Amino acid sequence: MSDFIPAPIAQLPWKTILLLFVLASFGFVVLYSAAGGSLTPWAGLHMVRFTVFVVMAIVLSRFKESFWKTMAFPAFGIVVLMLLGVELIGAVGGGSQRWLNFGFIRIQPSELMKVAIILAVARFYDLLPPSQIRTWGAVWPLFALLAVPCALILLQPDLGTTITVVAGALTIAFLAGLPLRLFIGGAAAVAVIAPLAYFFALEEYQQRRVTTFLNPENDPLGSGYHISQSKIAIGSGGLFGKGFMNGTQSHLDYLPEGHTDFVFATMAEEWGLMGGILVLFCFFLLFRWGLGVSMKAKTRFSKLTAAGLTVTIFFYVAINLMMVMGLAPVVGIPLPFLSHGGSSMMTIMICVGILMSIERHPGRRGGAFG
Amino acid sequence: MKSANTISGAMQEITFTRRATVIGGLQIGVGVLLAGRMAYISVAENERYKLLSESNRVNLTLVPPRRGWLIDRNGKPIANNKTDFRVDIIPDRLRDRKKTVATLAELLSLDQEELERINRELEQASSFQPVQVATGLDWEEYAGVSVRLPDLPGVSPRQGFSRNYPSGPAIGHLIGYVGIASAEDYKENPDPILITPGYKIGKDGLEKIFEDRLQGKPGAKRVEVTARGKIVRELNTRPDTPGKPLQLTLDIDLQEYAARRLGPESGAVVVLDCLTGDILTMTSMPSFDPNSFSDGIGVTEYGMLREDDHVPLLDKSLKSLFPPGSTVKPMVALSFLEAGLNPDETVNCNGGLQVGNRRFRCWKRGGHGRVDMAKGIYQSCDVYFYYFAQKIGINPIALMANRLGLGQKYPLPVASQFYGTVPDPAWLHKKYDREWQAYDTVNTTIGQGYMLVNPTQLAVMAARIATGKNIMPRLIMNQKKPTIETLNLDPEHLVYVHQAMSDVVNGPGTAGRARLPIEDVKMAGKTGTAQVVNLNFGRGGQDVAWKYRDHGLFICFAPFDNPRYAAAVVIQHGGGSGAAYPVARDVLTYLYDRDKAMEVLTGLEKSWGGNIQERMDTKMAAYRARKNLEKAMADNPAPATPEAPAAGTETSAGD
Repeated sequence: MSDFIPAPIAQLPWKTILLLFVLASFGFVVLYSAAGGSLTPWAGLHMVRFTVFVVMAIVLSRFKESFWKTMAFPAFGIVVLMLLGVELIGAVGGGSQRWLNFGFIRIQPSELMKVAIILAVARFYDLLPPSQIRTWGAVWPLFALLAVPCALILLQPDLGTTITVVAGALTIAFLAGLPLRLFIGGAAAVAVIAPLAYFFALEEYQQRRVTTFLNPENDPLGSGYHISQSKIAIGSGGLFGKGFMNGTQSHLDYLPEGHTDFVFATMAEEWGLMGGILVLFCFFLLFRWGLGVSMKAKTRFSKLTAAGLTVTIFFYVAINLMMVMGLAPVVGIPLPFLSHGGSSMMTIMICVGILMSIERHPGRRGGAFG
Repeated sequence: MKSANTISGAMQEITFTRRATVIGGLQIGVGVLLAGRMAYISVAENERYKLLSESNRVNLTLVPPRRGWLIDRNGKPIANNKTDFRVDIIPDRLRDRKKTVATLAELLSLDQEELERINRELEQASSFQPVQVATGLDWEEYAGVSVRLPDLPGVSPRQGFSRNYPSGPAIGHLIGYVGIASAEDYKENPDPILITPGYKIGKDGLEKIFEDRLQGKPGAKRVEVTARGKIVRELNTRPDTPGKPLQLTLDIDLQEYAARRLGPESGAVVVLDCLTGDILTMTSMPSFDPNSFSDGIGVTEYGMLREDDHVPLLDKSLKSLFPPGSTVKPMVALSFLEAGLNPDETVNCNGGLQVGNRRFRCWKRGGHGRVDMAKGIYQSCDVYFYYFAQKIGINPIALMANRLGLGQKYPLPVASQFYGTVPDPAWLHKKYDREWQAYDTVNTTIGQGYMLVNPTQLAVMAARIATGKNIMPRLIMNQKKPTIETLNLDPEHLVYVHQAMSDVVNGPGTAGRARLPIEDVKMAGKTGTAQVVNLNFGRGGQDVAWKYRDHGLFICFAPFDNPRYAAAVVIQHGGGSGAAYPVARDVLTYLYDRDKAMEVLTGLEKSWGGNIQERMDTKMAAYRARKNLEKAMADNPAPATPEAPAAGTETSAGD
């Protein structure tokens, strides 16, 4: 086989690409059905984006570790500036927004921050001498890195993204070897602060989402509607689903956001538990691959980055699925590869691209590209 | 330093691997949790969510059943159902009331009064009760609302059936009407059909009494709907089971004729079949149009009905009591005969009789001269009865009155009937705690004083005198012929009284104009004029205010020698029996020769200003104009013209 196929192509991580293709194709099928059997407005665009972003990921995979190391802090700085830009435009234009419009593309800086924070934090713990890992000096810079972007994203307001950003950074800190007691103490602190945050920090609509999550039947026509309808869609699908194009919850508009955040419910209604298991299994393979890349990486930066990126994708999946199954409040996080949406797919594919790059360059070689 | 660093770096490697494994384990844990959760929802709770999904998708709408028809003795419809396009509002699902009502008003061109009614009902109605917007729409209007439905949440256009009463006002009191179930009805029986738009239940009269029979079973329509309520497709329908029809003993044509023949008068006509007791007609006028009530009556129309001094809302055939006046004389005569009075015994009538310290007058001031029983009946001589009643005593008279149906309650399917009074000493003692006096007997014997009857009782009395049988009025037709017991009256007595009653009409009697224009059919009857105010104030004829005028009464049967039909006519404040017997004559004529009877009616209606509907419309228009004027006056008082009537001032409508 290698005789016929040129080496650069043969060397591509085909297994991973195939895995992503399976997930994205399944997303395509679900979006096709959600649109009532039409390529427009979602399914076609979904595949086009996927193709573009796969190419982008392959390009990213050619960069070496040193490039990511060099880029870590500057990229973080740029994304923070972009977040500031969003706030400024919002303040001038009136009303909040999450987009920066560059004419040919609209970018959601908070999405990019999910990647940037991983690189920056990993780079920080890479630079930190191992002897200092158990000192105060290992902790405060982490909060310094988190403070500004989190404040800016919360201002948008986007609780779901904030949680993902924080969780990604904390995971790296955990893997970097911060004392365990900090995490245990931190968890205890969160248990105390969370109720306070609920009452003083959350917007009213966010509070409602939390209370609704705790008791969705309380308000079946109000904000509990999303969760109730999503559970109905999943539950009515049963073991094998109602069949392709036969979902009623999605086709008759009972399921809100059936093509974005609640795409899993749309899928589960038509493909049942089997479809859900398939999706979960694909994600399992993806995370196993991601953590495998991290384990096999030779440098501390590579290890931390790979693990952080994997966990970031994992948070997308876990929060989204818990949300659609009624285990978490509605926070507005899409499901990677299945949900329709360019920004999140770009973020995920950047993560994948960097993971591929680390897989391709596990050692300590010079040069930035190869 | 270097070694410590190396050791630390190696330790970090170990820490990383260990912690990464923990994270991997946590991820698998979350994955298992998610898979388990999904399996729980989709497998363990599958049934429940399937049901919820179905109830989302499928909208089950009940289809109100067609009510059972009411038909007359010949199978002609008295109440039926007509196809109807209608629009209702379900207050529950309404988002923007003002906008919705305004849009509907434009689409259906509703007038101001209708809008007021809709807004009023929307305020009063419980959230689940449908409020009717309009019925009887044409297809264009119905379709116009239907296509705008996604923008009009809470609006429900339907194709259904609405109750229709072809005879309208002629049958109002007896049949009653249907209407939307009240909030109380729904609380008592929370059946969803009760709050289905277009579903009506019997609210009064036979419609209410026979509700269970007429109701029927609702059908159902299953449609697939989107979250916004747009119908995607019809899944299946189960047709309704119409209610069972109910056949009445009425002859609806006769009923309608009687109603029309009563004209502008306030009164009642009851006609019985002497062979069976079947009620052929039970008319009370003026009446209301049950069609208006069933469609949701407007304030103005209801106000007009309520304010009318002729009380159109009251069933005068059963619920109005009148002194029977001289119509009791054949009955009293029968009691005399049974008590052994020789009918040839006479008394001299010189226009009155002294009873105790009071002189009781005969209606004929000049007196009747020598009067026997027959003359006492056909000339309606009061003195004859004053005189002999004192001799016979009150008890045989009261007993006979009861035997002939006065003071009795009949087993009729009506909510209430007033059964009046046949006074006797025991009753008087109980009621007024005083002894019976001779003048009480004298009053009773000419059907005045305490004696009160309803028009149906008069008809029953006529039928029982005609047949000598214990005729029971009946309203519901059934297969088996009722067995009628005899009253054990002496046939010779009956023949005597029948002859005297025939002479009232066909001989030298008081109602010569009542003769039937039918060959070979002779009618027997008895006139009655009941005073409303004391005779000493003068006769209450046509020249006094309406409410002081005498009641006109007439009982009759025909043919007199082989009775087939018996009837009673009461004209409230008709000014005397002369108002009653022409009506009886024409109604009985109708039974034998419809064309002849219609000819008379056509002429009369021309002079009255149209048939019932036309007169009601005219009256309604006048009433509305007056109300508007009053309202304009109240809104915009004109001090320059003090003689203009202020708002709310009673201006007499009926006189």
